[in-house]
Amino acid sequence: MTLTDFQHLMPLLILTFSVLVSMLVIAVGRNHKIMYVITAISFLAAFASLYELRDVARYTIEPLLVVDGFGMFYIGMMLLTALLISMLSYAYFEQREERKEEFYILLLLATIGACVLVISKHFASLFLGLEILSVSLYALIAYLRKRERSDEAGIKYLILAAFSSAFLLFGMALVYASTGTMEFAGIATAIAGFTELPLLLLTGFGMMIVGIGFKLSVVPFHMWAPDVYEGAPAPVTAFIATVSKGGVLGVLIRFFMEVDGFRYPTLMLIFTIVAIASMLAGNLLALLQRNVKRILAYSSIAHLGYLLVAFLAGNQMGVQAVTFYLVAYFITTVGAFGVIAMLSDTERDAEQLEDYRALFWQRPWTAAVFTAMLLSLAGIPLTAGFVGKFYILAAGVNTQLWLLVIMLALNSVIGLFYYIRIVAVMFQQPEADTAIQPRGRLRPSIYLASVGTLTVLALLLVYIGVYPSGLLQIIQGLIATAVP
Amino acid sequence: MILVWLIVILMAGGVLAWISGKVNRALPRWIALGSVLAVFGMTLYQWLSNPIPVLDSAWLIQFNQPWIPQWGISFRLALDGLSLLMLLLTFFLGLLSVLISWREIQTKVAFFHFNLLWVLAGITGVFLTMDLFLFYFFWEVMLIPMYFLIGIWGHENRRYAAFKFFLFTQASGLLMLLAILGLYFIHGNQTGVYTFNYFELLNTTLAPEAARLLMFGFLAAFLVKLPVVPFHSWLPDAHSQAPTAGSVILAGLLLKTGAYGLLRFVLPLFPTATVEFAPWAMLLGVIGIIYGAMLAFSQTDLKRLVAYTSVSHMGFVILGVFAFNEWALQGVVMQMITHGLSTGALFIIAGFLYERLHTRDIQKMGGFWTMAPKMGVIALVFVMASLGLPGLGNFIAEFLTLVGSWQANNWLTVFATIGLVMATIYSLRIMQKIFFEGYKLEVSLPDLNAREMLIAIPMVVMILWLGLYPQPFLETAHPSIQEQLQTYTKPTSKPEELPLKPENMAHIEESKTEASPAKLEEAKPFPNLQIKTP
Repeated sequence: MTLTDFQHLMPLLILTFSVLVSMLVIAVGRNHKIMYVITAISFLAAFASLYELRDVARYTIEPLLVVDGFGMFYIGMMLLTALLISMLSYAYFEQREERKEEFYILLLLATIGACVLVISKHFASLFLGLEILSVSLYALIAYLRKRERSDEAGIKYLILAAFSSAFLLFGMALVYASTGTMEFAGIATAIAGFTELPLLLLTGFGMMIVGIGFKLSVVPFHMWAPDVYEGAPAPVTAFIATVSKGGVLGVLIRFFMEVDGFRYPTLMLIFTIVAIASMLAGNLLALLQRNVKRILAYSSIAHLGYLLVAFLAGNQMGVQAVTFYLVAYFITTVGAFGVIAMLSDTERDAEQLEDYRALFWQRPWTAAVFTAMLLSLAGIPLTAGFVGKFYILAAGVNTQLWLLVIMLALNSVIGLFYYIRIVAVMFQQPEADTAIQPRGRLRPSIYLASVGTLTVLALLLVYIGVYPSGLLQIIQGLIATAVP
Repeated sequence: MILVWLIVILMAGGVLAWISGKVNRALPRWIALGSVLAVFGMTLYQWLSNPIPVLDSAWLIQFNQPWIPQWGISFRLALDGLSLLMLLLTFFLGLLSVLISWREIQTKVAFFHFNLLWVLAGITGVFLTMDLFLFYFFWEVMLIPMYFLIGIWGHENRRYAAFKFFLFTQASGLLMLLAILGLYFIHGNQTGVYTFNYFELLNTTLAPEAARLLMFGFLAAFLVKLPVVPFHSWLPDAHSQAPTAGSVILAGLLLKTGAYGLLRFVLPLFPTATVEFAPWAMLLGVIGIIYGAMLAFSQTDLKRLVAYTSVSHMGFVILGVFAFNEWALQGVVMQMITHGLSTGALFIIAGFLYERLHTRDIQKMGGFWTMAPKMGVIALVFVMASLGLPGLGNFIAEFLTLVGSWQANNWLTVFATIGLVMATIYSLRIMQKIFFEGYKLEVSLPDLNAREMLIAIPMVVMILWLGLYPQPFLETAHPSIQEQLQTYTKPTSKPEELPLKPENMAHIEESKTEASPAKLEEAKPFPNLQIKTP
């Protein structure tokens, strides 16, 4: 590796370095605040180092990685999201008894894994990134050991993720067997020679889809999502829903773009079925839930279905739509789980619908932020989610995926039903006879940190919803360099 | 720029009203009143300072500012006579809504006025925007505050009603969005210019099949909003459960956005597809007229009754829109205004009664004429308006609509006229049940106070003005109606686009005879109403 290689990997190196520093600091003495500051600074530094790379069109580090506009945008997006999640985590863990410091090491590691994913151009780096991400997540999900459902969620994720990794590996092996290479570009040239995909290769792709589909929690690989979302601490749930899925989606897009998988009707058919099933199952099952974290879990299944619609469009506009929607979805999801984290007390997370009754009249600003996040998930104007959904619909209409587009519209309406239900609960009148004691507030400084984060998210949400031009310009500029 | 100010003042006023609720309980009311008065004044000034018939173009003011240039979306507003009339109605009813809420709304006053002003802002946007993306944007913006108005301050079954309203309108709106996107890409592929600009999209040439599908997308949104039977089932719930101000805005304004959408977008964008669909649309209109009237007669809940009369009256709108001639469209515009006033007034009276009696059940009412003569007189005026008594605005509207639709389809017009008779029956029943018969209450019923008279008198004046001297309104609407009908008034230039079906043949025949100016001269009910023929 040369010095320029290192320069181009600077964000990842900074994160790795800070993981090591964090471990040493914990060895010297435990201090939550110092750990948090180290984490935040390293995320910021890693993000700042992206600025140095802004002019890089496409830089490959043979044979594993490629640094280009697409990868950098996704890395930047995930770093900022991780930063926001760490800010929410600080407030969340400060009021809990457990050992808090290792959480940040795991968070950093998981972020590294996700970042490796989006810049990988080889099965080896793909699998490495995925495993770094998954192994950190096993521990993160079960982090609050004393809660009963935490263990359950951790074990569930462990077993299923291990299974899916095995599927992915086996799929890679089959692809390797039939093409003789593990590089994306190599596979592309190899299968360009086939007039029809050989069965072995198709099986390989199918198994890889199982592995990837599990990480994305699309139907029929979604079973783990509600339980894990429910059992994991709220900030970790936010992380699974955003950074983990974003990274996997990033590598999926890169792989398909390199291989031009959109040419193969079989693969497209599989993804179309998966997308429709995810939208329908996610939204319909969400209707039955009374637990806000489970509702958001099912809603995220549905949202991945929406994202697949734009993904299936398969052209540059589709990729841009996916990216834009991911930004909106990241902001919204982190915001929603941020509110849950903020309302949670030491005993349990605020996850029952009852916890939100009449919230609007007790804590108007928190409720307003949550309402904005839910409306954005539902795709109502003035929020980023609306522009994102519009973009996806536009991409779908442009490539004339009428079935998918109509399913999306139909599902938006179903989705609206349960988002609005949460909003309605928040706006209900407090019952006069049961005197509601306001939930205990956090210490003022911590409270301010959470409120600050949520305010930033809400402002960002509205800003992108009202003035999406800026973000569009960035996405179009960066992605044009990467996508043929 | 003044057009932007209309929206900005309402939105800023809403936020200010919400914040000021922390300072003083009465302040939000005054802020809301002030902002609506300001925009009303501005619009009125526009109306008075622009003698419309002199202008060459239908457009009075335009405003354009790129918004998302990558997608060809701009913040494009434009005002013509039609929008101007709609805005005047919006702000007039907005003003009344603030006033009637003065005593009725006592909880969460600040948030109520925030929502009220934002609904008005959304409606203003819908009436002004000439960019289809922006149109959809405002179309949705007005939903959320309306949902809150019904869901928080409504009557006993408010959450169900709010839900139903929201889902119906949202679902139909999404279909419209798909149609907008389809139009956008078809236009883009044809010309290479991807834009949501209404004026450019007007020049899109569509294959008949595509035009039909896209038209149904737009129709979905507008017919649900209007509402046309069988898509009306959200309306009785939403109207009867909303607080008085909410009912007034729903009936007076939100329904009009559907009619406005038909006039502004469906007619000019899809000239061939609409002609094909016209007989069915008119049939739906007639069904709506008769069905609404029958159900109105059988209601016991006063607000529900008035809601069903809306279904009936909106049937005239769709009947007129799909007659494609100037008289019918003038009638539609008049109907939009007069229905906004008369139904709004009936909801206000229902609100007055509810405040006093805490019931909307007309079985429990009766004999109020002796106790509350002022209220009785006001109610009588609007009940008469609703049944279409000459001299009051609704008569002009319904008469013009029927004259226009007669030229398009005789039989359906005959049935629509039967609806007028039925209107008489249900309207008289309102008076009979509430104000006559024996007095059943133990307590006395206070008559209207000064504030309530302040609300009622302007409405009476307006409905009389519309009935006795509608000329200024007709003149204001005339140029823009011509504009919307451009593609229909010269059917001979594109005869190949009309499929040769008997009903369409009849329509062509009609428009040919209409083109003879001499015949028009003798048939014109209003000498000043110029029908320019090419």
